[in-house]
Amino acid sequence: MAVVPLQRKPLTFAERTYLPQIAAGLWTTLRHLVKPAETLQYPEQRPAIPPGYRGAPTLVRDPNGREKCVSCQLCEFVCPPKAIRISPGAVPEGSGRDHVEKGPLAFDIDMLRCIYCGLCEEVCPEEAIFLQNQYSMSGVTRAEMVNHKDKLLEMGGTLPDRHFKWDRKKAAEEAGGAHH
Amino acid sequence: MDVFLNLPVLVQVALKGLAVICVMFPIAGACSMAERKVSAWIQSRPGPNRTILPVFRWVPVVGPFLQKLGAFQLAADGLKFLFKEEIVPGQVNRLYFILAPVIAMIPALSTVTFVPFGASIDHAGRVFPLMLANVDVGLLAVFAVASLGIYSIILAGWASNSKYPFLGAMRASAQLVSYELSLTLSVLPVFLWINAPGTAGTMSLAKAVEFQSQAGFWGGAWFIITMPVSALVFIIALFAETNRQPFDMPESESDLVGGFHTEYGAFKWALFFVAEYSNMIVGSGVFVLLFLGGWNPIPWVSLATLAGWLGIAGHPVLVGAISILIFIGKILAMLFFFMWVRWTVPRFRYDQVMEIGWKKLLPLAIANLVVYAIGIALIQK
Amino acid sequence: MAHLLFLVFSVFSAVCAAGIVLSRNSVNAAMFLLLSLLGIAGLFVSLDAFLLAFLLLLVYAGAVVALFVFIVMLLDTGGGTSPARSLVAKLAGLVALALIAAGLGSFALRGRLAAPGAAGIPAVGASLKAYAYQLFTLYLLPVEIVGFLLLITMIGVIVLSRKEEGNP
Repeated sequence: MAVVPLQRKPLTFAERTYLPQIAAGLWTTLRHLVKPAETLQYPEQRPAIPPGYRGAPTLVRDPNGREKCVSCQLCEFVCPPKAIRISPGAVPEGSGRDHVEKGPLAFDIDMLRCIYCGLCEEVCPEEAIFLQNQYSMSGVTRAEMVNHKDKLLEMGGTLPDRHFKWDRKKAAEEAGGAHH
Repeated sequence: MDVFLNLPVLVQVALKGLAVICVMFPIAGACSMAERKVSAWIQSRPGPNRTILPVFRWVPVVGPFLQKLGAFQLAADGLKFLFKEEIVPGQVNRLYFILAPVIAMIPALSTVTFVPFGASIDHAGRVFPLMLANVDVGLLAVFAVASLGIYSIILAGWASNSKYPFLGAMRASAQLVSYELSLTLSVLPVFLWINAPGTAGTMSLAKAVEFQSQAGFWGGAWFIITMPVSALVFIIALFAETNRQPFDMPESESDLVGGFHTEYGAFKWALFFVAEYSNMIVGSGVFVLLFLGGWNPIPWVSLATLAGWLGIAGHPVLVGAISILIFIGKILAMLFFFMWVRWTVPRFRYDQVMEIGWKKLLPLAIANLVVYAIGIALIQK
Repeated sequence: MAHLLFLVFSVFSAVCAAGIVLSRNSVNAAMFLLLSLLGIAGLFVSLDAFLLAFLLLLVYAGAVVALFVFIVMLLDTGGGTSPARSLVAKLAGLVALALIAAGLGSFALRGRLAAPGAAGIPAVGASLKAYAYQLFTLYLLPVEIVGFLLLITMIGVIVLSRKEEGNP
């Protein structure tokens, strides 16, 4: 690339006195002075959360009210800061969802470690963990900052499901098909 | 009034001093809040608007309004400064370290006494100024006492015994001495014009206002109209003398942490700020008196004319109150201008400050003086 | 009242003047100089010579002593150690002391000086106009000579502080 020397225009007398520029600057700041504030009054006013926002990770239920996590522990393995800890267990007999092999007995996410990277959401084969809108967490002890399963499910709520994978598998099994 | 004049001199002096302190401290505090508010508005944010006294929470309209205005934040800040731990760092020279904020208060509060803050019309129709100490050399007195303010900065910087305060003090002393020249030279044309041959010579600020309240086109014109260059040089030098941006070299927090007050905290630090604001108030007052017609409402309309229109010419107290209101209004406008400029013009580099002072402002002030001296000599021949 | 003020101010400035000479720390000395000047300004005020008082404050207290302090701080002379003086300096000091002693002695021996009539003294220091008039008529020559001296000093400073060309 060739270097093109640009000749700077010499400043005019008015420019060298600074005064017109200062006057123009004063006019700009005056316009800002009368403009309404651009800030939000935070605790009362909350910012609009854009879609795809990565807030705190949560566990979700499907529209039938079933908790979707099957405690495969992929998220636990992928989590870079090791914030997730899952104790897998069997789904109790007769709960109406025992066609799902496993469920988490305990599911803890330490929010002091979580880095909101979203890898857990990405890796989840069940679409059970989502980083949702929650961005403001506070607590006075370390223990308080660990979200347990109940809290996570409560924060996550119910999300629409397109697949109903386990229901379809059960239906296929009942219809005698070896493989759906 | 007579009751006051019959008191012993020392009691009078003490009362006047108390009045100055009681007026200047709250005004300076209010200025700090105004500064925060104006800077917030210019930066499109609301500024301090949370603090409220529990009692005022239940006052319907006034309470929220004062809260939005940050009035209670002011009280909270003041109380915080009072009750905070007074830390004196170990490496400092204790005597001068503690003395410096005290010295800052001396010129800040005593210059106020030389500034006439209003006027009234007695029953004979004569206009007389309202001021605490009526000396013939008014302006000179303000300049002389204000020039002592430099010692507080120098001593604070030296006594702190640490590098940033020291650099701040160095800059301050060079800057203040440099701009004092331009400041003094810029007001000379005004007094050349006032002191026509054959009249008794005066440096009185009240006389300058009196001169701007005469009848006729040239009589009623404020000096900012007839002497714009003087006014410009004066206001620039005033910014430098009061250490306001773009000339706040002694503090310039981006390169000197806090400048001369880096090592200070709590109430000693607050005293520096009260001093700075009260210097600003006095400086604005002098500018208003010299160039903006003092207590005359608008150019070519004097206070006496206004009193005639309102039909209150016979009430000295009413006229006095109105004149004080007009004068304070103008000072507030000037203070707003100070804050407005602060958020508009970025800080100069130190060598630029020196260059502007010595190579631009001083020659301009001298040329202005020579031109006006010749012009005035020709007119008043 | 006026008498009392005169006494207070004169004793104050004299004590501070002694402080200038006696203090080891140069910043202290400069501060004493400032206080002494303030005392003298107070004396002028008690004589109703406001103009002189404020000029003294403006020029000496506000600018000259500020520059002193500036330079003292710049050189950072901590004080405390007095350099060994040469024989000539000691002799000069002795001569100066003898002169001061002689002056004080003659002052004490002659008794009270005849006070000039207060009415006879022109109020030069009080009024701006009288002061300026005297300055530009009666005292024009001394003023010009002092101004010339300052000019010489200024030129000397410029010459001394100029970098030698071709010899960096």
